[in-house]
Amino acid sequence: MSMLVSLIAVFGLVAVSYMMELVGLHTVLGIIIPYTAVLVFLGGFTYRIIDWARSPVPFKIPTTCGQQESLSWIKHNKLESPSTTGQVMARMFLEVFFFRSLFRNTKTDATEGPRLLYTSDKFLWLGGIVFHWTFLVIVLRHFRLFVEPVPGFVHLLESVDGFIQLTLPTFYMTDMVIVLVVTYLFIRRVVIPQVKYISLAADFFPLLLILAIALTGILMRYILKVNIVGVKELVHGLFALSPVIPDNLGSTAYIFYIHLFLVSSLLVYFPFSKLMHMGGVFMSPTRNLPNDSRKHRHINPWNDPNIKPHSYEAYEDDFRKVMKSVGLPLEKDVDGEEEGEK
Amino acid sequence: MVKTPKPKELTENLLEKPNLLRGDQPKQSWMETPVEFKPGTYCHAAKPKVLEGLGFPNPREWQPGDDDWQLPDGWEETILKGFQERLKKFRSFKLYMDICVRCGACADKCHFFLGSGDPKNMPVLRAELVRSIYRGEFKTAGKILGSIAGGRKMTIGVLKEWFMYFHQCTQCRRCSVFCPYGIDTAEITMMAREMMSLVGANINWIMEPVSNCNRTGNHLGLQPHAFVSSIRSLCEDIEEITGVSIDVPFNKKGAEILFITPSADAFAMPGIYTMMGYLLLFKHIGLDYTMSTYASEGGNFGSFTNNETMKMLNAKMYAEAKRLGVKWILGGECGHMWRVVHQYMDTMNGPADFLELPKSPITGTVFSNAASTKMVHIAEFTADLIKHGKLKLDPSRNDHWHTTWHDSCNTARGMGLLEEPRYVLQNVVNKFHEMPENTIREQTFCCGSGTGLNTDEFMEVRMKGGLPRANAVKYVMEKHDVNLLSCVCAIDRATLSSLVQYWVPGMEVSGLHELVGNALVFEGEKWPRAMDLREDEPYDYEEPEEEPEAEAPAEATEEGGEGDV
Ligand code: HEM
Ligand code: SF4
Ligand code: SF4
Repeated sequence: MSMLVSLIAVFGLVAVSYMMELVGLHTVLGIIIPYTAVLVFLGGFTYRIIDWARSPVPFKIPTTCGQQESLSWIKHNKLESPSTTGQVMARMFLEVFFFRSLFRNTKTDATEGPRLLYTSDKFLWLGGIVFHWTFLVIVLRHFRLFVEPVPGFVHLLESVDGFIQLTLPTFYMTDMVIVLVVTYLFIRRVVIPQVKYISLAADFFPLLLILAIALTGILMRYILKVNIVGVKELVHGLFALSPVIPDNLGSTAYIFYIHLFLVSSLLVYFPFSKLMHMGGVFMSPTRNLPNDSRKHRHINPWNDPNIKPHSYEAYEDDFRKVMKSVGLPLEKDVDGEEEGEK
Repeated sequence: MVKTPKPKELTENLLEKPNLLRGDQPKQSWMETPVEFKPGTYCHAAKPKVLEGLGFPNPREWQPGDDDWQLPDGWEETILKGFQERLKKFRSFKLYMDICVRCGACADKCHFFLGSGDPKNMPVLRAELVRSIYRGEFKTAGKILGSIAGGRKMTIGVLKEWFMYFHQCTQCRRCSVFCPYGIDTAEITMMAREMMSLVGANINWIMEPVSNCNRTGNHLGLQPHAFVSSIRSLCEDIEEITGVSIDVPFNKKGAEILFITPSADAFAMPGIYTMMGYLLLFKHIGLDYTMSTYASEGGNFGSFTNNETMKMLNAKMYAEAKRLGVKWILGGECGHMWRVVHQYMDTMNGPADFLELPKSPITGTVFSNAASTKMVHIAEFTADLIKHGKLKLDPSRNDHWHTTWHDSCNTARGMGLLEEPRYVLQNVVNKFHEMPENTIREQTFCCGSGTGLNTDEFMEVRMKGGLPRANAVKYVMEKHDVNLLSCVCAIDRATLSSLVQYWVPGMEVSGLHELVGNALVFEGEKWPRAMDLREDEPYDYEEPEEEPEAEAPAEATEEGGEGDV
């Protein structure tokens, strides 16, 4: 059901943009929507980050995944139980760039006995890491279209990515990989019962949308062959804030407009969806705080100084007699007053 | 009294009934699956008297199985208001509502899911129980599209679901270790329990200890003289067994160190043996310390309720340290106590500027890792003593034990105390084997009964939740003849005892300092000893016939008194 909804939504987006192209809304497709999408993305992203940051972190709650720093002769696990800012940054670096926590993943089976068996399961990690890195490479490669002159790192990426000279234009490995890996991520959502059970439309939709973006991009580049000079003209115009609609995109211009529309959709969708994990991962208090809470006091801005314990005086008042009976020292002695009840 | 199913029945339940863990897809979507309160699967509701005494809302006579929960009018509003308040107060909560990608990495990491196969025990789905309300009540897409966008409204059905499943999470944080963003379902459980507290959906096993602890200083509600007598009688036992005579200082002003440990160590088996171990250790090194009857509880059931209550109960530690004028605080073996002490205490009730930088009076070691909180874990303290050769130890006195080590969730994943206790253990015993890798250290499995769920009426769920732990214990028992499961947690000492009795008969449970106590060699002591601290006979040890500790803790349950910490 949720899968179907996502599928229909993505097809809907494709159909809408195709129709808009047919009726000639090129200015809308090529200028107004991309600009709006970028604004929504930047504004929305910033808003979400600020919104999270507005909620304080009342307690220092890192999840410690290794030995704390304690006695000098006990080997401190600086990465998994960091106690300084530098160590935290190293931990975060591994999380963000290598998905350290996901790397630990295991799969559990229950067999006769009952016996629980844990086996290492790196597929999700592999799929995740390949997906994100190819996505990143592809995004960076697009900088060739965005700015003139083409930045050096783009050349480097292109030559590495395109070292298999299979097709004309140069075949990029990432183009194939992203289709495969997104398909894998999609399939695992459908076939792994636990993941299927928890999946919402919001989980299928971004995968399908990204798949559609990749497929339209591939179509455009290798098969329908849109005139790249025209594309550059349009995109440069957008980046230079003097947008133009070129008339030399060729007869397959529609595929370019669909691609652009889908990317715009992703940008608009991004800030309001789980894709915000990109920003959120940096702010997660179980990962981005040092395990030094006994060494340095963490301040809770809303700590309520009026919360007091049941006082010792009240306690002694309650129990003075019996305390005396076992010889406990008292602040006020029993004689005279007989309030020591209970 | 609820009948607990036999291990065989639970095994069948796990292996033969359709089970998502083994890949059987449930027919209904989880949102359409209502909860069912069957005896054995929920804890009793908090008694009105207890809630009243603490000033908690909506005290009344009720049970979770009732159709009508007697909630106040407008309770939904109360919850939603509380929800929004907490989103503003806790970044963890807000962030974890937003960024989960439902990748499923955490799904099979929770002991409750592994032991029951109940889909809503997958951490991600547990969190979705709350997230769906977040989306359905506060997010535009969820408000308009409803379940398509994963949203739903706050209803009594949802509240019942929360009650069920947020009392089937022990805040152990195992899921958080595996989540690529560190999403900690324990944080969400804390928030859900706070919100439930707003409308009086509490369990008695948590609230009664809170109430007791507040007034009398400990969970069982034992008054000062009872506390003192109990420890004195342990001293008599010690003298009888070892010939060493000990006089424990209480509420003594001007002592150097205040020692605080869970009260279960003073009353409940097998915790009392650990207490004997502490006392023998302090005697051995001639420590200038005091215990307190006012702050006689290290545990903090407030932390299973809401942050205000946690703070209120915890505040006694510093208050008492200040009143007595000690230099620093030494903390005994307890899991959640140390979560609170390590990650919350200083923030809530500090700065402890009236205390001094903790320094071992015996070795001169400065515990700079506790420079601000000024509270040292006894495993840190003892490890340092051993390293400096300040203890005379004869590990062969524990040769009747073949040990393994259980990392408690809180000290492992909320503190990182992994090597200190292992170092101590390996210096006081000769025989030690680790459990399998995926079940120890940061990946350790919960006893299945933490966060105030260690009550008798809940035994079925506890035994399911404890299965992964028990399984690993069983493995080392079969493979290496392990017969003792040692740990630094007072809840564990009680709950693991019930757990192994159920799944791994023949296994015993001990604290770390019980074994230290056994191994300590004193001048002029009774030697050879007839007995170890358990008054078993170690030297012609065969099979343990009696199980001294086995059901003792559970017995204390009926009156709601807290046997298990
Ligand atoms: C700092 C940046 C980022 C980090 C550290 C990160 C990390 C992760 C991780 C660990 C997962 C779970 C593994 C998986 O399901 O494959 C994931 C899932 C996902 N990420 Fe990212 N991500 C980042 C940025 C992005 C961006 C920019 C996108 C853009 C579109 C994105 C899209 C996705 C999607 C669609 C999934 C879900 C895959 C599925 O449903 O199975 N991520 N991310
Ligand atoms: S591992 Fe984290 S992101 Fe993945 S489903 Fe669990 S909580 Fe969500
Ligand atoms: S904190 Fe522990 S008990 Fe709670 S959901 Fe996570 S793994 Fe399960």
